[in-house]
Amino acid sequence: MIQDKSLGRRLFHILNYTILIITSLLCILPFINLLAVSFSSSAAVSAGNVAFWPVDFTTKAYEFALTGGAFFTSLWVSLKRVIIGTLINLILMVLTAYPLSKSRQKLMGRNLYMGFFIVTILFNGGLIPTYLVVVKTGLINSIWSLILPGALPVFSMIILMNFIRGLPEEIEESAIIDGAGPVQILTRILLPLLKPALATVGLFSIVGHWNSWFDGIIYMNNPANYPLQSYLQTLLQSFEQIMLKSGTDYTQLLSMMNARTGRAAQMFLGAIPILLVYPFLQKYFTKGLVLGSVKG
Amino acid sequence: MIKKLKQQSPYHLMLIPSLVLVFIFSYVPFYGLVIAFQKYNPGLGFNSPWVGWDNFHHVFNQPNFVRTIWNTLYMSAFKIIGGIIIPVMFALMLNEVARSGIKRTFQTLVYIPNFLSWVIMAGILLDILSADGIINNFLSIFGLKPVAFLGSPSIFPWTMIVSDIWKGFGFGTVVYLAALTSIDPGLYEAAVIDGAKRWKQTLYITLPLLMPTIVLMSVLSLGSVLNAGFDQIFNLYSPVVYQTGDIIDTYVYRLGIQQAQYSISAAVGLFKSVISCILVGVSYILAYKVANYRIF
Repeated sequence: MIQDKSLGRRLFHILNYTILIITSLLCILPFINLLAVSFSSSAAVSAGNVAFWPVDFTTKAYEFALTGGAFFTSLWVSLKRVIIGTLINLILMVLTAYPLSKSRQKLMGRNLYMGFFIVTILFNGGLIPTYLVVVKTGLINSIWSLILPGALPVFSMIILMNFIRGLPEEIEESAIIDGAGPVQILTRILLPLLKPALATVGLFSIVGHWNSWFDGIIYMNNPANYPLQSYLQTLLQSFEQIMLKSGTDYTQLLSMMNARTGRAAQMFLGAIPILLVYPFLQKYFTKGLVLGSVKG
Repeated sequence: MIKKLKQQSPYHLMLIPSLVLVFIFSYVPFYGLVIAFQKYNPGLGFNSPWVGWDNFHHVFNQPNFVRTIWNTLYMSAFKIIGGIIIPVMFALMLNEVARSGIKRTFQTLVYIPNFLSWVIMAGILLDILSADGIINNFLSIFGLKPVAFLGSPSIFPWTMIVSDIWKGFGFGTVVYLAALTSIDPGLYEAAVIDGAKRWKQTLYITLPLLMPTIVLMSVLSLGSVLNAGFDQIFNLYSPVVYQTGDIIDTYVYRLGIQQAQYSISAAVGLFKSVISCILVGVSYILAYKVANYRIF
């Protein structure tokens, strides 16, 4: 970059940095506020003294979250969902993307298959008919209701398919000459080559499964089976109930404030896993954008 | 031909699990859409009596349905416009930062909110936007009255628009930064020789070369005009703001799941799906024609 030291340029830089810093702060200060609230006493929170540093430091809210409530049971449901769901997503994506990466000559009906999957991106039956199908299949209240309806993430599968198509064809041809069948080619040759692409779409799946909450709410009759985000969602709703009912009653107001620190702690705990894997996420999501060929 | 099919059979076998699952959970619900033309009775199932277009007539004659469509359209219009302008501006400003470490820090900070679910974001927003939350405390320093960001029908839609842009602009920034890095530096050198300052360079080189990406992102977001952000609104609204905050998806949910009016709800869902499908189709054709972009 060519350095320009004129006054106007310097003024621009000062202004530019100021705006960038303010905007970036706007993106993280709310999280810091949440963290500060979660570690503060409810009295300090209700007095409005807490900004970005805990006042009357206490871990009460976390003690509550980790002992009472359904935090741990729902965390366990979420972990199961992420592990089983992502594995199934990956297996089905590979099994689908590999044949579909073939040309029409090498896979009869390829375009028909492709159309079959793409229609589901364009059009869906909507909430009620899908709900009725899940009810009919008897998956209600089982973890499979959260996994099977989205077992094949079509968009990620297309990313993977495009990635396979980008690999040199000679690799596969030489394997065929050596006498390898499609299954051997897939497991011995393609899978190792697909690692970066699988990491990308795998992370899409992990984040998707971890962050979903709506299917948990509608497909689980028993709140004990809620995944973590669905459980956190019920916390939001009950908090709202308290807020609507509280009015001017002072004792209720106090209990609401307790709920506020308690809720902040649980929200923060729910965010930790994503924040921990965030550096990887960022790298791979950027890569995924390029693989998905949203390019300039 | 039979020989060929036999040769290809491993590929076809690999596709079976995906075909079956997608068929059950995406295609069977299409059949379930028939209930939009019936007076659905859970006891009778799909054998419920046919009523033709009655459900549609009923819905369209409801004053709150027209209001819901209007809310959906204008909230998503502003979300799309802001969701394009802000990241483009932010990426351009970030592009003026010479040090790559600082640049990456800003980018990392604004990208964080993207990975958290709307449940957690709603938890944070409920906290900071409440009557005694940090934002209203901050406003009171300047002697301003507390603003009911989530409780006032006139302000609620704007809270939704701004918070949606706030959550999502980091993603757009990454896309546009990726496009910016692909601009040939030789163009800038040539411009400097011609005596163009940074502002002129931005105006005549950067922006025009960014245009295809901007057009592409705008066109692709066209397909989601009828999804004004279910996750966000569902978690933040309350009966007080139904009038201005209700969108098609939240309306379908309340009607269908909460009030068990399956047929009417499915009719609304079908209406939305058909329009969405047309929009997605048109936007993909436009993306291909205008920006030469294809996903498959």
